[in-house]
Amino acid sequence: MSPIVKRKGEKFTLPGKYLLFILTILCTGLIVLTFNTNFLSAPVSAVGGFIIVPLQEGISKAGSWINTRSEELVQIRSLLKENEELKAQIDELTMENIKLQQDRYELTNLRELFDLGAQYDEYDKVGARIIAKDSGNWFHSFTIDKGSEDGLMIDMNVMAGSGLVGRIIDVGPNWSKVMAIIDDNSNTSGMVLSTSDNLIVTGDLELYADGIISFEKLVDSADRVVEGDKIVTSNVSDKYLPGILIGYISSINKDSNNLTKSGYITPAVDFEHLEEVLVITQLKQTAEEKE
Amino acid sequence: MRRVLVSGILVILCFVLQTTVFNEIAFGGIVPNLMIVLTASFGFMRGERTGLVFGFFCGLLSDIFFGSVIGLYAMIYMYIGYINGKFNRIFYPEDIKLPMALILVSDIAYGLICYIILFLMRGRFHISYYFIHIILPEMVYTILVTLILYPIILWINKKLEDIEQRSARKFV
Repeated sequence: MSPIVKRKGEKFTLPGKYLLFILTILCTGLIVLTFNTNFLSAPVSAVGGFIIVPLQEGISKAGSWINTRSEELVQIRSLLKENEELKAQIDELTMENIKLQQDRYELTNLRELFDLGAQYDEYDKVGARIIAKDSGNWFHSFTIDKGSEDGLMIDMNVMAGSGLVGRIIDVGPNWSKVMAIIDDNSNTSGMVLSTSDNLIVTGDLELYADGIISFEKLVDSADRVVEGDKIVTSNVSDKYLPGILIGYISSINKDSNNLTKSGYITPAVDFEHLEEVLVITQLKQTAEEKE
Repeated sequence: MRRVLVSGILVILCFVLQTTVFNEIAFGGIVPNLMIVLTASFGFMRGERTGLVFGFFCGLLSDIFFGSVIGLYAMIYMYIGYINGKFNRIFYPEDIKLPMALILVSDIAYGLICYIILFLMRGRFHISYYFIHIILPEMVYTILVTLILYPIILWINKKLEDIEQRSARKFV
């Protein structure tokens, strides 16, 4: 340390040891406080949202712009080739399309006959852009550019395309934090669409690289669940709305207890290249709220 | 005052860069840890107090945006900054080996602490997997970034010290 700073600091000299001690107690206090209550998150997140979020928004926009441009250059050559192939495919597909349209006509007729509603309930959604990702490599959460001012609340479900991404775990005035279902901390209650068997979908850091997530506790004594089956969020989940697509079973094994099964799921969402997400502005109804 | 302002800007800049730009150019999903570079370098350049204050604020930012509780990362970073400050006595700006070694060890220590607190406690015992796939790549990437970032930090620190010295001389 230079002597000048020391002289300046004579007004207020607190040796490092004591400062460390005080801040350690402060941190411990904060950890205990925030672990048990939710009471600090509002002011702290407001301050963070005021300074950091606008910067992140700007930079990530610029960053993704550069990224897209560079990808475009690389892709042009392959695109030309692809274009030719695709043209050939169009002819094929037009033929097929005509056939399918006929089938669809038949299907709608039959559906009306059976009075089947839409496969999923229509939820109100609001779009949001991802502006930052977790600063470390251990977890898989990200922040989006909408918050309580846009009507978002904790536990709202987040989708991308047709698949489930995760849920909001923290809200600031103009940002919210989303925990992805592939996060190591995340457990989601899911269900096999075809057989309505419940299972637990667990994110796992060890599986990030392979782009899959694991599931467990599937009770399937009749052996009806097979690879490729659709997994959706279950009716009994207390955080997730029912019937949102999570992914497809990619492998399935019997557990050593011979009662349950576990395996891997290929998520419906490409978590590597997420940019925009949809937030469902509707919370799952829980028992207490109903009263 | 000027120092506080510049430090604040540096911390925020590094945090924003790490969460946005470096996420876009991450190799194999691994992001370098700029905050460790910043905390460690100010620790050994300026001493224990600066190190721990830098660590505290770097960690606090991570906590607010990505931590499940507030204060955990702040504490980890703070101790890393403080311990780096202990090496202030044998630090010379001309020598690059000590800073490199310190940042490297800091990053590994950070990775191990994170693993122990956040994963081992939840019964994830594959330490070799996490070491090879998370801690080691992060370390390599961080060191590569350090080669660029560290001279900049050093230069900023030197400029600040020059200005402070000059204004102090004026009053004497």
